[in-house]
Amino acid sequence: MSEDCIRLEFDVDSENFASAGMASEAVKTKLKQLGINMQDVRRVAIAMYEGEINMVIHAKGGKATVDIFPHRVDMILADKGPGIADIDLAMKEGYSTAPDNIRALGFGAGMGLPNMKKNTDAMKIDSVQGIGTTIYMTVNLH
Amino acid sequence: MKISKIVEILKAEALTCKDKLSDEVISACAADMMSDVLAFVKDQAVLVTGLCNPQVIRTAEMMDIRCVLLVRGKRPDATILDLAEAKGIVVLCSPHRMYVACGLLYKAGLCGGEDCV
Ligand SMILES: Nc1ncnc2c1ncn2[C@@H]1O[C@H](COP(=O)(O)OP(=O)(O)O)[C@@H](O)[C@H]1O
Ligand SMILES: [Mg+2]
Repeated sequence: MSEDCIRLEFDVDSENFASAGMASEAVKTKLKQLGINMQDVRRVAIAMYEGEINMVIHAKGGKATVDIFPHRVDMILADKGPGIADIDLAMKEGYSTAPDNIRALGFGAGMGLPNMKKNTDAMKIDSVQGIGTTIYMTVNLH
Repeated sequence: MKISKIVEILKAEALTCKDKLSDEVISACAADMMSDVLAFVKDQAVLVTGLCNPQVIRTAEMMDIRCVLLVRGKRPDATILDLAEAKGIVVLCSPHRMYVACGLLYKAGLCGGEDCV
């Protein structure tokens, strides 16, 4: 890790839905402190928050690692959940396996992964069924 | 429009950040699905919603939304209010239902974003 990188690490806990989003909130606060422009801060916040919610609702939590470089932010969201069987299908707008109780909480519309893609400059999903999912995202800073 | 004007029009009650009631807002959005807010909202300052959980405040925070209006008299619990207070988000609660709340605000000149002049 180079000197001009700030690394933030979080355990994303799925016990309590109310606390979901705490990692994203901390990342957003840090980026604002660093004086990153609002548009870029929001793109990181949206991508990270949807990814964090996914770890909570689909994968029983996981780990988030965020590296802030002068010109980009790298996010790695890793979980040991059930994995994603068909990634192309999961990326489709509106596709969701979330149960109704999740929809009643305001999520599970199948917009998360496509919105993560839209708000990042690069995104890669590694997923193995029964082992887990790791999502790599990069947002370039302007 | 000042947030205090929303309070007046909707017979609402301000539950957090009462020092911000004189702040100006020009546009609003309404949704119960937070993913929709995260996917479609641009720079609207007010979120009108029937959903009442901490993720509403977190979503507002991610989108730089400054005021959350809860319709149908929903009363948020302390977790939600503490979070909103910490994030500087004004939480209002109105007895009106979603359709009427939105209609009254629109009629009073609060635009939706794409239609702002
Ligand atoms: N971390 C994950 N682990 C397992 N499955 C996931 C994960 N993230 C997403 N998925 C799968 O991809 C689908 C689409 O995700 P998304 O677009 O965020 O929609 P939603 O979360 O609203 O269902 C989910 O319904 C789920 O089946
Ligand atoms: Mg999702």
